[in-house]
Amino acid sequence: MKDVLDELERRRAEARLGGGQARIDAQHSRGKLTARERIELLMDDSSFEEFDMYVEHRCHDFGMEKTKIPGDGVVTGWGTINGRVVYVFAKDFTVFGGSLSEAHAKKITKIQDMALQNRAPVIGLFDAGGARIQEGVAALGGYGEVFLRNVLASGVIPQISVIMGPCAGGDVYSPAMTDFIFMVKDTSYMFVTGPDVVKTVTNETVTAEELGGARVHTTKSSIADRAYENDVETLLQMRRLMDFLPANNKSGVPVLPTKDSPDREEASLDTLIPDNPNKPYDIKELILKVVDEGDFFELQDQFAKNIVTGFARMEGRSVGIIANQPMVLAGVLDSDASRKAARFVRFCDCFEIPILTFVDVPGFLPGTAQEYGGLIKHGAKLLFAYSEATVPKVTVITRKAYGGAYDVMSSKHIRGDVNYAWPSAEIAVMGPKGAAEILYRAELSDPKKIAVRIKEYQDRFANPFIAAERGYIDEVILPRSTRRRICRALNMLRNKTVENPWKKHDNIPL
Amino acid sequence: MFKKILIANRGEIACRIIKSARKLGIKTVAVYSEADRDALHVDLADEAVAIGPPPAAQSYLVIDNIVAACRKTKAEAVHPGYGFLSEREAFPIALEKAGIVFIGPNPRAIAAMGDKIESKKAAAKAKVSTVPGYLGEIADAKQAVKIAAEIGYPVMIKASAGGGGKGMRIAWNAQEAEEGFALARSEAKSSFGDDRVFVEKFIENPRHIEIQVLGDKHGNVIYLGERECSIQRRNQKVVEEAPSPLIDAKTRKAMGEQAVALAKAVGYDSAGTVEFVAGQDRSFFFLEMNTRLQVEHPVTELVTGIDLVEQMIRVAAGEKLKLKQSEVQLNGWAVESRVYAEDPYRNFLPSIGRLTRYRPPREGTADGGTVRNDTGVFEGAEISMYYDPMIAKLVTHAATRAAAIDLQADALDAFVIDGVEHNVPFLAALMQHPRWREGRLSTGFIAEEFKGGFKPRTPEGEELDILAAVAVAIDHLANVRRREITDQMAGPPVRFADRRVADVGGARVAARVEGTLGYPAKVTLVDAKGIRRTTLEVDADWWPGIPVWEGRVGKRRVAVQVRPILNGYELSYRGVRAKAYVYTEREAALAALMPEKVAPDTSKLLLCPMPGLVKAIHVAQGQEVKAGEALCVVEAMKMENILRAERDAMVKLIRAKAGDSLAVDAVIMEFA
Repeated sequence: MKDVLDELERRRAEARLGGGQARIDAQHSRGKLTARERIELLMDDSSFEEFDMYVEHRCHDFGMEKTKIPGDGVVTGWGTINGRVVYVFAKDFTVFGGSLSEAHAKKITKIQDMALQNRAPVIGLFDAGGARIQEGVAALGGYGEVFLRNVLASGVIPQISVIMGPCAGGDVYSPAMTDFIFMVKDTSYMFVTGPDVVKTVTNETVTAEELGGARVHTTKSSIADRAYENDVETLLQMRRLMDFLPANNKSGVPVLPTKDSPDREEASLDTLIPDNPNKPYDIKELILKVVDEGDFFELQDQFAKNIVTGFARMEGRSVGIIANQPMVLAGVLDSDASRKAARFVRFCDCFEIPILTFVDVPGFLPGTAQEYGGLIKHGAKLLFAYSEATVPKVTVITRKAYGGAYDVMSSKHIRGDVNYAWPSAEIAVMGPKGAAEILYRAELSDPKKIAVRIKEYQDRFANPFIAAERGYIDEVILPRSTRRRICRALNMLRNKTVENPWKKHDNIPL
Repeated sequence: MFKKILIANRGEIACRIIKSARKLGIKTVAVYSEADRDALHVDLADEAVAIGPPPAAQSYLVIDNIVAACRKTKAEAVHPGYGFLSEREAFPIALEKAGIVFIGPNPRAIAAMGDKIESKKAAAKAKVSTVPGYLGEIADAKQAVKIAAEIGYPVMIKASAGGGGKGMRIAWNAQEAEEGFALARSEAKSSFGDDRVFVEKFIENPRHIEIQVLGDKHGNVIYLGERECSIQRRNQKVVEEAPSPLIDAKTRKAMGEQAVALAKAVGYDSAGTVEFVAGQDRSFFFLEMNTRLQVEHPVTELVTGIDLVEQMIRVAAGEKLKLKQSEVQLNGWAVESRVYAEDPYRNFLPSIGRLTRYRPPREGTADGGTVRNDTGVFEGAEISMYYDPMIAKLVTHAATRAAAIDLQADALDAFVIDGVEHNVPFLAALMQHPRWREGRLSTGFIAEEFKGGFKPRTPEGEELDILAAVAVAIDHLANVRRREITDQMAGPPVRFADRRVADVGGARVAARVEGTLGYPAKVTLVDAKGIRRTTLEVDADWWPGIPVWEGRVGKRRVAVQVRPILNGYELSYRGVRAKAYVYTEREAALAALMPEKVAPDTSKLLLCPMPGLVKAIHVAQGQEVKAGEALCVVEAMKMENILRAERDAMVKLIRAKAGDSLAVDAVIMEFA
């Protein structure tokens, strides 16, 4: 028996060394951790149980039969994050550059199947060179199997991809179909075709970083939801993120006990809105002062900054927050902001996370760039997402809610459950100046007269009461009591039950 | 006694005066500019009157508007506070004409003392010892240089109408005298509307000591001891104390009696301050007399127990001073810190904006110590560009100087301000400075002790242990709490490693932590070999979201400010500002493998150090500049700041032009 135990230990030790010490050192010298080190950081202390440690590829071409390394370039298994079950796969760059073989793909799909069956999240850590070319079509088949499972699991369990090294070609589509993508600055990049192919085909000279680095994907393409400085920072943030997410679409949100009182008043919110309607303020101050402990996990913080999205908690329960940001482009809705917010609203709705919306929106962004770029359909995505969402929706209008954008931002008309307005709210078709100039075009040449007209319009509509008189606003609240109001509303909505008409699926304007 | 008074001021001093008036049962009227509509003083007063647009020259400095406000509200008297109209002779005259009492000295005394040149003449006549200098008006820079040479360098060039360091320059040579004259004059003009300046001998290594006097309308004048205000930056007082560690009873008496003699000579009939410059040998020379309530008056109030504002109101109403000189007692020690909205890490450049967090330390008296915070702001208030960027005056009093300083340090630790940059970290570091604690002061203290500017202190020794213990306790609380998250897998609960590594400002401290509840936690700090160094019991009521961790580390009570950052906390304590991360041993080992990232090189750029207006660009594209050469002038908070070349370089590209309004860190020019 002793021999058998020794043999087990020997084989485990061999497998754990992956591609060997030299490759591990090389990985470290690039500022990256190995797959197993990453999993250690991600999971609770000694909670990770590895599966398929001894799996090897079965390729007999190009001399591959001579090099076999247990694990075959991916570490898979399950463990817990703060006691909650999570499935994980991590590409092992030290073994065949993390490239995907048929056996490698099977390891991943096994984990995906278990995760879906057992209704727990999957986290994938990417750091790999793409398909294993020696295997050819078998590798491609493997990719397809992974993709299919991504799609089937979508909306059932949270799927998270963390890009921690190269991620190119076939490797990019699995992350692309998951809920969130995170990247590590300077050491990760993602693209369909790399700089060499780009050079050959389009004659563009571009570095991997310029083509698909964290900066590109967090600021330009919006592929990545956030980027962090290094592996450690990234993985510890993934632990933090998981504390906000439900295990699946039926589990309900996790609850983290807090001593932050739901009755906490923030007197300073009474002066948040500047006297001058054209002066910006930081909506994040409102978010941080309203949510539990000022703890806000922001997503897409570098993209479409005119809208803010992220997770927080109210009385310990996760909520999704969407807020117009007056600091950037006056908080206007444009194509990017609409897409960003729409996807976030849909994630929350999938997983029964209540949606909290803060509104200060002057309208949709005018101009050829926006119209040519398809603003109509992008804007419609957000409208669609809010309209179809059946989770509890609480809305607070802080200042402007103008035009069509008013309807879009979780208004009462599209099933906002509880819609509050601050006394500074202005719900109108447009701003007083624009309105007066259209209504009294004949008086445009007389600045004195038009000023009077603007004042008239302002006095009539630049307040929340016209909307409140029609029931479009449920109550006008004191800014300082916003937290208490929201907590109460969410508690009241705890058992909300709304079903959309049966359909195979809807047809959101993609 | 008056039934209603108006306060012709704003900010903390207006609030301070309202408090005393209220104590006397007097109704108060505030005045405010458009920028101050929501200010605290407006809120505190019984009535408030708008007096004009934001710039002081169109509101707080307009005598007619103030008089009109008095008429409208039927205020019988006006307290001017400090600054603004407090030392304008024309103001009491205008009030008198309107039948309103000025709560301050009579206009003749203001005229005699308000002008620095006139006051020197009067002082000399009253046999008060004075500094050599030229008391006439100076026509131009050339004359200034000539006079400076006669007196002998270094010289001080000052605005005649000035105060508070504005329009004041020290020159060590002819070039500086010429430059300083122009700057002093232009600042004097913009700040006081009076461009007269004068020159006097600058005393090396001097200390600033001033005597508080108090007179009535019946010819009585007493002195209330001294204040030392040697901790100054660019001639602006930063920290004041009473009494002075330099002054002995004999000197105090001599200074006090000279101050009283001067006050009597000019018929002084209110609270006033006679400022002296003192040598380390306790020699002293008359500097000027401030015919108003001083910013730093609270330290005198705390050591004498006398409410100076109350006394000013009483004597203005014609009451006789009840107090005799022999009854004035100095008890204990008081220290005041001026908390400013200015960035200590960027050469104290002013900062404006919204106070997103403002949580001053608890006021009151406990264990023989008193904490007082005079302020004009509140959480959510705005520090505007129009006025002095002072946020608060934090004053502590205790039996001894050391105890007052310790109490001040504790209070500063608990003083939370976010939204604007502020000098609390600097003040907190200053309170730990050995030379300050020993009382070896001079007005050059800050310039000498913080030569390269202020840098955050790195935690060492006991401070490092305290911060590490607090960080470990915070992390432990978070871990304990996470065990309570719902939706956990069945089976034995997750266990967290009790061995932790705290990374505090880059220094690593290994620790073991015990305690099944969050508090109290037993934190054992271990050395590199894993041997126990010390075990600290850590206890607090702190919970995430609370800005100050107040509790006990071992036997010590500490207040550490906690601001969340990614995966950790930024901790502030005793002027130390450090990022703290708490790792398991394994996490720490892996974190050590992470490459250090280098910040982008900005040495070839001139960045705008504060939000401000470009007044002038002194160089042209392609020009070679020498280190120290003036490159441009940026005006912020009414101060003209000259930005100079840090090294010899060639100007490659100029991106800003005169008149541009720049944000902080905006690129002004690039060097080759």
